[in-house]
Amino acid sequence: MGATMNARFEYLLRLGDDALILGQMLGLWTGHGPVLEEDIALTNIGLDQIGQARAWLTLAGKAEDAGRDEDKLAFFRDQADFRNAQLCERPNGHFGDTIVRQFLFDAYAVPLHAALSSSSDPEIAAIARKSAKESAYHLRHSRAWMLRLGDGTEESHDKVQQSLNDLLPYAGDLFYADAVTAQATAEGWGADPTALRAPWTTELDSTLAAAGLERPPAVPEQTGGREGRHTEQLSFLLAEMQVLPRTYPDAQW
Amino acid sequence: MVTRSADDWLAVLQQIPDPEIPVLNIVEMGIVRGVECTDSAVLVKITPTYMGCPAMDAITDDIKAALTPLAREENRTMTVELVYAPAWTTDWLTVAALDKLEAYGIAPPGKTTDKRALNGEAPEVACPKCKSAHTTLVSLFGSTACKSHYRCNDCAEPFDHFKCI
Repeated sequence: MGATMNARFEYLLRLGDDALILGQMLGLWTGHGPVLEEDIALTNIGLDQIGQARAWLTLAGKAEDAGRDEDKLAFFRDQADFRNAQLCERPNGHFGDTIVRQFLFDAYAVPLHAALSSSSDPEIAAIARKSAKESAYHLRHSRAWMLRLGDGTEESHDKVQQSLNDLLPYAGDLFYADAVTAQATAEGWGADPTALRAPWTTELDSTLAAAGLERPPAVPEQTGGREGRHTEQLSFLLAEMQVLPRTYPDAQW
Repeated sequence: MVTRSADDWLAVLQQIPDPEIPVLNIVEMGIVRGVECTDSAVLVKITPTYMGCPAMDAITDDIKAALTPLAREENRTMTVELVYAPAWTTDWLTVAALDKLEAYGIAPPGKTTDKRALNGEAPEVACPKCKSAHTTLVSLFGSTACKSHYRCNDCAEPFDHFKCI
């Protein structure tokens, strides 16, 4: 990215792609939840994420000003053009894996949406204020399950502890700072990702303490999602998500 | 030729039921945020209850189906615009709408000064059937994006509660 970098487009893609990919992953739970209520819960959360993704990607398309709408951006970009955090594309695994992934994301989304609610850009602020209500509700759900699984049986505790050990290193992308976020912060329309780490850590530590879970020893954090470097899981997801509109680009239903 | 005013258009919009909760119309739901008229155009602004509410497309289609022929009679164009600000809140449901919800079997939201639900505390939700406050939250998520699922401990009625946001 050189002097012609469109920071607003890049930044909005990150917001949109996080919501889109996480929403798609949650959608894969349809019909597979451990109980009916959780099947409905995970897909409802996925629906909220897709709704947020539509709003962010529509705005990203406007910022790019090249005629791409939400659908063009969602269905006609390749893996390397996606800007989502790698955390969002981690496999659903078992229910505990999905809950930990969701909790780590929700604990980030709440302060993110709070910060963006005072964006100097009224369109960004409007979407953030709307999303803030949803992310608070999602966190309530994922936190409750962190407690139930962590403080549940020996098996649920061990499984969710392992999920945490596996997924925590992927939180790196959430707080990744570069020229895009520097411009977003300096101009007042975006949030400084490094400032989101403190409230995220507070939420994480208090939840782990209440759930009887241990914070795994620090390991180097994985980053790359914001620059289009992804794990192989994303390509499987995109293949399934994009095949229909790419095969029949003008399909209507 | 009649030229309808914004209030006239609002009256037409009040005839359109919410596709998921047909006991309420889209104005009572707080989804219609305003009607703007010029000599040549009618603009209806709507806002979603939840960002991903899949009913928004159906609502947009319903509005167009009801208003476009009337607008055409007046040589006006008709457009529907989706707006996100201000964010929808359950406070926009009228008192009459809350009563209709309850009669329909959906426990209505309290006033949002009660933010307990958002903070993770259990709000008091009365059974729409027997009015008992002795109820249990079954799931934070219910049959649509805007509802959660409860059970009455006294009359055993399972019911939806309109989430309070």
